[in-house]
Amino acid sequence: MATQKQNPDQRGVRLAVDIGGTFTDLALESPQGRFSHKILTTPRAPEQGVMDGITILLGKAKIEWSAIDVFVHGTTLATNAIIERKGSPTALITTQGFRDSLEMAYEHRFEQYDVMIDKPPPLVPRQWRLEVTERMNSRGTVLIPLDEASAQALVPQLKAAGIQSLAIGLLHSYANPAHEKRLREIFAAALPEVSITLSSDVCPEMREYERFSTTCANAYVQPVMAGYLGRLEQMIRAKGMHCPIYLITSGGGLTTIDLARRYPIRLVESGPAGGAILAARVANECGLDKVLSFDMGGTTAKICLIDDFVPQQSRTFEVARQYRFQKGSGLPLRIPVIEMVEIGAGGGSIAGVDEMLRIGVGPESAASEPGPACYGRGGTKPTVTDADVALGRIDPARFAGGTISLKPERSNDAIAGVIGKPLKLDDIEAAFGICEVVEENMANAARVHAVERGKELSDRTLIAFGGAAPLHAARLAEKLGIDSVIVPTGAGVGSAVGFLAAPVGYEIVRSRYMTLDNFDASQLNALFKTMRAEAAEVVEPATRGRQLHEHRTADMRYRGQGHEIAVTVPVRAYTSNDRELFHQEFEKAYAALFGRTIPDLGVEILSWTLRLADDPPPVVKAPATPKGGKARSSGKRQLFDPAQARMVSVPVYWRPDLAPGETIEGPAMITEDETSTFVSSAFNATINPIGYIVLQRRLRRAEAA
Amino acid sequence: MSANHPLSPIHLQIMWDRLIAVVEEQAQTLIRTGFSTSVREAGDVSAGVFDLGGNMLAQAVTGTPGHVNSMAKSVGHFLNRFPVATMKEGDVFITNDPWKGTGHLHDFTVLTPTFRRGRPVALFASTAHVVDVGGRGLTADARQVYEEGLYVPIMRLADAGTVNETLLEIVRSNVREPVQVVGDLYSLVACNDTGAKRLLEMLDEFEIDGLDRLGGHVLERSKEAAIQAIRAITPGSYKYSLMLDGYDKPIELVATMTIGNDEIVVDYSGTSPISAYGINVPLCYTEAYSSFGIKCLVFPKVPNNAGSLSVVRVTAPENCILNAQHPAPVAIRHATGLMLPDVMFGCLHQATNGNAPAEGASNLWNLMLMGGPGRVAGDPALLTKATPFNIMSFHSGGMGARPGKDGLSATAFPSGVKNVAVEITEAVAPVVVWRKEFRTDSGGAGFYRGGLGQTMEVSLLEDAPFALSATFERIDNPPKGRAGGQDGLPGVVRTESGAPMKAKGHQTIGRGDRLIVEMPGGGGLGDARQRAVADVLADIDAGLVSVEAAARDYGVVVKNGALDTAATEKKRA
Repeated sequence: MATQKQNPDQRGVRLAVDIGGTFTDLALESPQGRFSHKILTTPRAPEQGVMDGITILLGKAKIEWSAIDVFVHGTTLATNAIIERKGSPTALITTQGFRDSLEMAYEHRFEQYDVMIDKPPPLVPRQWRLEVTERMNSRGTVLIPLDEASAQALVPQLKAAGIQSLAIGLLHSYANPAHEKRLREIFAAALPEVSITLSSDVCPEMREYERFSTTCANAYVQPVMAGYLGRLEQMIRAKGMHCPIYLITSGGGLTTIDLARRYPIRLVESGPAGGAILAARVANECGLDKVLSFDMGGTTAKICLIDDFVPQQSRTFEVARQYRFQKGSGLPLRIPVIEMVEIGAGGGSIAGVDEMLRIGVGPESAASEPGPACYGRGGTKPTVTDADVALGRIDPARFAGGTISLKPERSNDAIAGVIGKPLKLDDIEAAFGICEVVEENMANAARVHAVERGKELSDRTLIAFGGAAPLHAARLAEKLGIDSVIVPTGAGVGSAVGFLAAPVGYEIVRSRYMTLDNFDASQLNALFKTMRAEAAEVVEPATRGRQLHEHRTADMRYRGQGHEIAVTVPVRAYTSNDRELFHQEFEKAYAALFGRTIPDLGVEILSWTLRLADDPPPVVKAPATPKGGKARSSGKRQLFDPAQARMVSVPVYWRPDLAPGETIEGPAMITEDETSTFVSSAFNATINPIGYIVLQRRLRRAEAA
Repeated sequence: MSANHPLSPIHLQIMWDRLIAVVEEQAQTLIRTGFSTSVREAGDVSAGVFDLGGNMLAQAVTGTPGHVNSMAKSVGHFLNRFPVATMKEGDVFITNDPWKGTGHLHDFTVLTPTFRRGRPVALFASTAHVVDVGGRGLTADARQVYEEGLYVPIMRLADAGTVNETLLEIVRSNVREPVQVVGDLYSLVACNDTGAKRLLEMLDEFEIDGLDRLGGHVLERSKEAAIQAIRAITPGSYKYSLMLDGYDKPIELVATMTIGNDEIVVDYSGTSPISAYGINVPLCYTEAYSSFGIKCLVFPKVPNNAGSLSVVRVTAPENCILNAQHPAPVAIRHATGLMLPDVMFGCLHQATNGNAPAEGASNLWNLMLMGGPGRVAGDPALLTKATPFNIMSFHSGGMGARPGKDGLSATAFPSGVKNVAVEITEAVAPVVVWRKEFRTDSGGAGFYRGGLGQTMEVSLLEDAPFALSATFERIDNPPKGRAGGQDGLPGVVRTESGAPMKAKGHQTIGRGDRLIVEMPGGGGLGDARQRAVADVLADIDAGLVSVEAAARDYGVVVKNGALDTAATEKKRA
């Protein structure tokens, strides 16, 4: 996919680096083509792995540091600091009477029948949640003026405790940030070394628990991230790379290093966001306006709805889920994110049998140590990877490009012992059971997610990437009634490749409660004007005069409801006549989600968002797939065919050998270094002109009958 | 896929998983489209699929245990009135009968038969708590169910696809929020349709004609798993009693739990008679919370269905408060029913060698606040200028200490509700919440400490009185500790001015005054003097336990911010 120099919007040599938990992935796109590399992450000094990886990759591409035009970076450092509780000692300064909001959370148990659950401990313990005397009401009117002495009185305590970061979160500060701003001045003067995060900056939205949680998380990771970003920037500059550096956000946009230092919390989950952007780009290349991206790695699977090449967006995210990836067991963050469902289903997910003699898979993972039983590193519990080996979907000799030699007999022993014996199934049936259950789990998660978004699944194309996805995509598609599946190239470093397809963008939110009956156009116009100016300040230094697109939404609901929906509203100055338009747009969006509207019920608006972004790099559309002959197989393998319920001999194809237009009939396996694609007997496969594998469903059983 | 197919056992499991996913989707549809605060915020709904004999095969896990098997039983009542053989495609049935549904008029249950190729294959049922049913509203103040609102006996809501407009017109004319209530009834119909659609897709995908074989498998496996779990605990008869504040006089709940070889029988003989007010419980609701409490400790992972639920039997003498007969008032049956898991835990504590939590606050401390004309007793001249409002926010005290762990603070149990953000409450109503914080020393001392309650303080922004409709419990009778653990602090409801407030009923807070509620803490478990000193010190540091209480209850002496080792050893000796 060589870039075209003549396009003025092209950005020359572009480098992307994604630091993940285990691997740091690198991708480079230049007029000479795309280069990629994978290197182990160096957790103590992640910048070291980055520098080593870049050096190797530049060597591969024969390019100098100074020749790089754009550097895009994503990292899980912020996420890991929260999961592992390795952030900085942080205090929360809040309104008198509310220091426990952060810990009371929703006053709710996320698991109905388990009386022994633990709630996620807040990032700031109670003794460091301190109060000042002040109070606003919901309109931002001062009920009690800020008592500055009550703030000054806290300084000695904060000093003595060695607090390095302050989260300032006051009630209703989204409506009036004056008290928070004054507190920043007071504490910045008294504690110049301490980082400060204001809730009215990082998350100016109604609902104190979510806002305080987001503010504390930002404060908690800020010193760590600022330190890392500073060191990395210095090392890179020392090598002679003087191009702009962008960080990828959880919302899938690029942002500057300065902003990343201020709002590091916006960088969580950037890796998965990169995957979704890749899927959106693949959808665009192939002209598919409705897709479902399916990213399955070692520990989890992530599923994302993508319409018109734009991944589903939301402003709700939960980090560090500690109970079976269950909703509610993590810390809520209100930041712009690409919305995905994540479930504990990956190659390393462990299978077992419950008291009803049902197979269960995940969310516990064998991780990389000891890993699946077939790794031969002491793992004795059967995993999804073991089941894939037993069913012939993974070639033990060629796993991970042959870097890990698998021991299939260990898989069989583990499967027989844990699943086969108690259920009186033979090894193959038991292995099939594991795969079916994990695929069913993912299918069910996708179905519920689609229902929640008011979307259908069966008219979509599945885009599968990540090491384990191509092994399970065909069966997942069958279960979801999906007729075609695409396995793109470069899936092994998918997130990094995705980074290169991201636009520069920034999203701002403000809560201003308004009922449609009291629609106030001039207030809105002033609000959006301020928001636009703020966003432009962030985005323009990076876009250097390129055209920007503004997108606005309103979080609306029927009066008295508990959940808002994001309604897209036009970008222009409003007049009082627009009340009716807002109402119509709300009803349209509501009907799309819920299938109906409610007449005669008032509508209220809680928050407003504005997103400003440039165009993503242009996409080269894939031409039509030429007619080709039958692909030549590179050998045969024993593979379990669910339709025949037995092992059968199937052809194996080596992906790099396949030419556009060539066709393959399922059941078959297509292998490559990073993964293998299972073509079930329900599908035929072909290679499209840009090298992607396209699975197309043959006649459905019901139709064939 | 024939039954003899070698992969048949795997397919049965996959279909079972799918059936559970189908009802989850059914419930989600309802929660996302519902209007009542309890539907949306608390998930006060249920959804399930039944075989043609009325046996529940799968039920969604929602926010309320109150429908655990009450909805399941309601289907039997529907079938008694309308046998499957008389059902037509497009029929929909409905009721809000408290005795044949889920315990009060606010809960509507809707049943829809699903047809495939002209033959009935399954029934879908769903229940939702609606905003209003007329009458006195959601209060305990009525003296008969007739005062509590509109009563819809089991009848058709749709006849072969034609909606019963007469019924809807009657509903609209009898409730305060007709648009929302009728909207919720349509949500119930729609969610059953969603379930039916998914079920039919599943039958096609797996090429099966009905649910007979799958249903048999589900019920048999679940019952077997539940029985195995029962056999793991010590058989015998265990008695426990719990005192409640009641409305106008105390209530005693007495249970005798008999654990046999393959079932658990709970009998409530000895329980106080019915109340004059609407805190009475129909038996169906008693069964629900009894089953829930048992399930939590005995077989938490076995899904709810007719098989697993059949191992618990509940009996109660007629017209005791746990088996109130028509026309007793029942609107606030949850104030009593929510306490039943504590009673079950009290029995199971004996049967499991102490492996049960202590008592908790259990009843919800919801703030149902209202203001403006017609809602508050007060000077009419002032009220005409007051903003009319009516809000409900859900709040909770502490859970009891758990075997191996402290109790959770300010957390709903057994209800699954979520709270409403203070900022939201203050945006939609002219109230100010001045304080919402943990209540120091409210958690019962013990080797494991009870969860803390919380204190909330509320006033009106306007110069007018406002009102509280209270349904609080555990003000006179605090949550009990177990195994030597101390009781949690009882709840308190008061005003800043000292005006007296009651635990239950509609009451006015005068202009300029503040409402203060202090919610109960959970009971402790085990001897507080054996609790690790480090844990007590951590609680002191966090301000959860005061220095005075640490010395008094835990025997841990702190002086000038440091542990006094000698004094502590002496106290703990």
